[in-house]
Amino acid sequence: MSAVIAEHDDHHEHDDHAHGPEKGILRWIITTNHKDIGTLYLFFALAMFFVGGIMAMIIRAELFEPGMQFVQPQFFNSMTTMHALVMVFGAVMPAFVGLANWMIPMMIGAPDMALPRMNNMSFWVLVAGVLMLASTLFMEGGAPAGGWTLYPPLVLQTGKALPFAIFSVHLLGISSIMGAINIIATIFNMRAPGMTLMKMPLFVWTWLITAFLLIAVMPVFAGAVTMLLTDRFFGTSFFDAAGGGDPVLYQHIFWFFGHPEVYIMILPTFGVASTIIPVFARKPLFGYSSMVYATASIAFLSFIVWAHHMFTVGMPVAGELYFMYATMLIAIPTGVKVFNWTATMWKGAMTFETPMLFSIAFVVLFTIGGFTGLMMSIAPSDFQYHDTYFIVAHFHYTLVPASVFILMAAGYYWLPKWTGHMYNEKIGQLHFWLSTVSVNILFFPQHFLGLAGMPRRIPDYAVQFADWNMISSIGGFIFGASQLLFLYIVIDTIRGGTGEKVSDEVWEDAHKHGLEWTLPSPPPYHSFTTPPTIIPTEHI
Amino acid sequence: MNDDINQKNTKLVRKLLLIAVAMFGFGYALVPLYDVLCDITGLNGKVEGSAVKEVVYPIDKNREITVEFITSLNESAPMEFRAETKKLKIHPGEYYTVNFYAENKTDKVMIAQAIPSISPGLAAEYFKKTECFCFTEQTFKAREGKMMPVRFVVNPELPSQYKTITLAYTFFDKTKTQ
Repeated sequence: MSAVIAEHDDHHEHDDHAHGPEKGILRWIITTNHKDIGTLYLFFALAMFFVGGIMAMIIRAELFEPGMQFVQPQFFNSMTTMHALVMVFGAVMPAFVGLANWMIPMMIGAPDMALPRMNNMSFWVLVAGVLMLASTLFMEGGAPAGGWTLYPPLVLQTGKALPFAIFSVHLLGISSIMGAINIIATIFNMRAPGMTLMKMPLFVWTWLITAFLLIAVMPVFAGAVTMLLTDRFFGTSFFDAAGGGDPVLYQHIFWFFGHPEVYIMILPTFGVASTIIPVFARKPLFGYSSMVYATASIAFLSFIVWAHHMFTVGMPVAGELYFMYATMLIAIPTGVKVFNWTATMWKGAMTFETPMLFSIAFVVLFTIGGFTGLMMSIAPSDFQYHDTYFIVAHFHYTLVPASVFILMAAGYYWLPKWTGHMYNEKIGQLHFWLSTVSVNILFFPQHFLGLAGMPRRIPDYAVQFADWNMISSIGGFIFGASQLLFLYIVIDTIRGGTGEKVSDEVWEDAHKHGLEWTLPSPPPYHSFTTPPTIIPTEHI
Repeated sequence: MNDDINQKNTKLVRKLLLIAVAMFGFGYALVPLYDVLCDITGLNGKVEGSAVKEVVYPIDKNREITVEFITSLNESAPMEFRAETKKLKIHPGEYYTVNFYAENKTDKVMIAQAIPSISPGLAAEYFKKTECFCFTEQTFKAREGKMMPVRFVVNPELPSQYKTITLAYTFFDKTKTQ
């Protein structure tokens, strides 16, 4: 961003409007404060990260050796399905909404979110949705086991859990849409004077675009699952061939939602990376406006490439070619971003604190995920990769060492600001190295498994896949266990961390990179009761 | 927060909610759009749901196309279902009749519907049926078996790259939904 803060007016609590939080547990239930709600979102996401993680551990334990070891196939399939749903809708998305809640008002110089009461509601609707989803695990017939894409006709064979799963998707959708509306309203109407759109930090920009994606596609998903519901219970035939419907139609509708959905998880990731890398490279972000345009281009392209998830359903050659070329186009704006991050680091006075380490790992490992994505965009090659572990490796590379790593980076980067305490850098770096090494042991062999033909979503496999599966599982266990370090660090930091009192800007010269660093650490309950003054500069 | 911002917020929220509702509708609008697209392009192997009039085509004796017949049952419907002919070499423009046999394996009346699918999808529009058991629901008495004919022709305008056409039928047991 090309803005610097001239001064920060006295923003301490002095007027009659400023009051502290409620006392006791009620504070967290009825709160309308953006920081409290952000904290709730982040803790909830962290909890779900571990719930989804346990499911992943069950999956990797079962796949440790060929043959059936621990769980029934039906339950295994429930685990793959629920792991995905919990991680996507319970962990990654809420974590970014939590960051948005905490950071957007502070970054644009606003006192709070635009619609604080809706903010509270969207969080509790999310909790209700995820609890309802989790309750399906205990139902007759088991939790949904047809994959997170909920393809009919398979998903229609789900037992008692189906309507609950569908309603939980509705709730999660409503929660996301409310969150998105709130973010857009905040960004459009609450910016401090002088904070023009092109001066906003990239995290704010990427969230603005993500929020529009959410509003555009969550209702489409809600529609698709509603059709599943009426097909199963009310005699409609949207996807039932016997009544003139077509199951492939579901795939089209689902991926019209699904492809933008994966960008909903990655665009805020880009935003955080673009926020952290300049601080530790001690240089302004390279190509700010190209970053904004690249984000917008990726968002636009996400709507016109959906059928690359369905190359094998029997599309005509013209369709395959169109979706193939359109998909390849995405590499251009994404490449712009990767080059910009690299250029930002180029000849920078870099230091390698934990947030920066995670961000650098993100740039490298996300690019690997991007390259396998390019391989899959080639329609004839995709026939080999389709529904194999190659796909699993691809999207985990773009989600775990990308979105999740950046969420970790964001945690380390802003925890001192949020709590006023410094985290333990040594344990942070240990967490980083363990995570980075193990995540590659975990997912890299899955490329080989996929290329050799191991299908995804199966509890057992041919003996030829045994070695790489065992290595992958070992990586998985190390990765899973390493995350407990993060939990420890978060709790430790909240309780005082290293004991070192952190300054307002925490990181050297961070105040040049964002308004949040002009506030005290921890920031007051209400951030900018009087708007800060922002003066434009040529360069930082 | 002042009233001005409140007003701006309310306006914006209304607009955004409208987008959300419209997109919910758009999800449903995709259903007819998808069908229209399939109709126009003949993709997805969708075929006409009713009989076409028997018209005389010039018979192309020089060209031979293999037509394969596949039968399957949905969700293991309690039936027996097979094609009496598995494979047929045909000339475009000539009419052929093949028989399919279906039997109700239960002691109750069964209502079933056969759904056809043709691959490759783009060949579907050249495959014309003048008679088919798939055009209507079929009622089977307890343990009843029926021989059912399909009469078809392949339009000689079928592009030359198509050498084999596969006609697949799936029988769905619809007794419960009646």
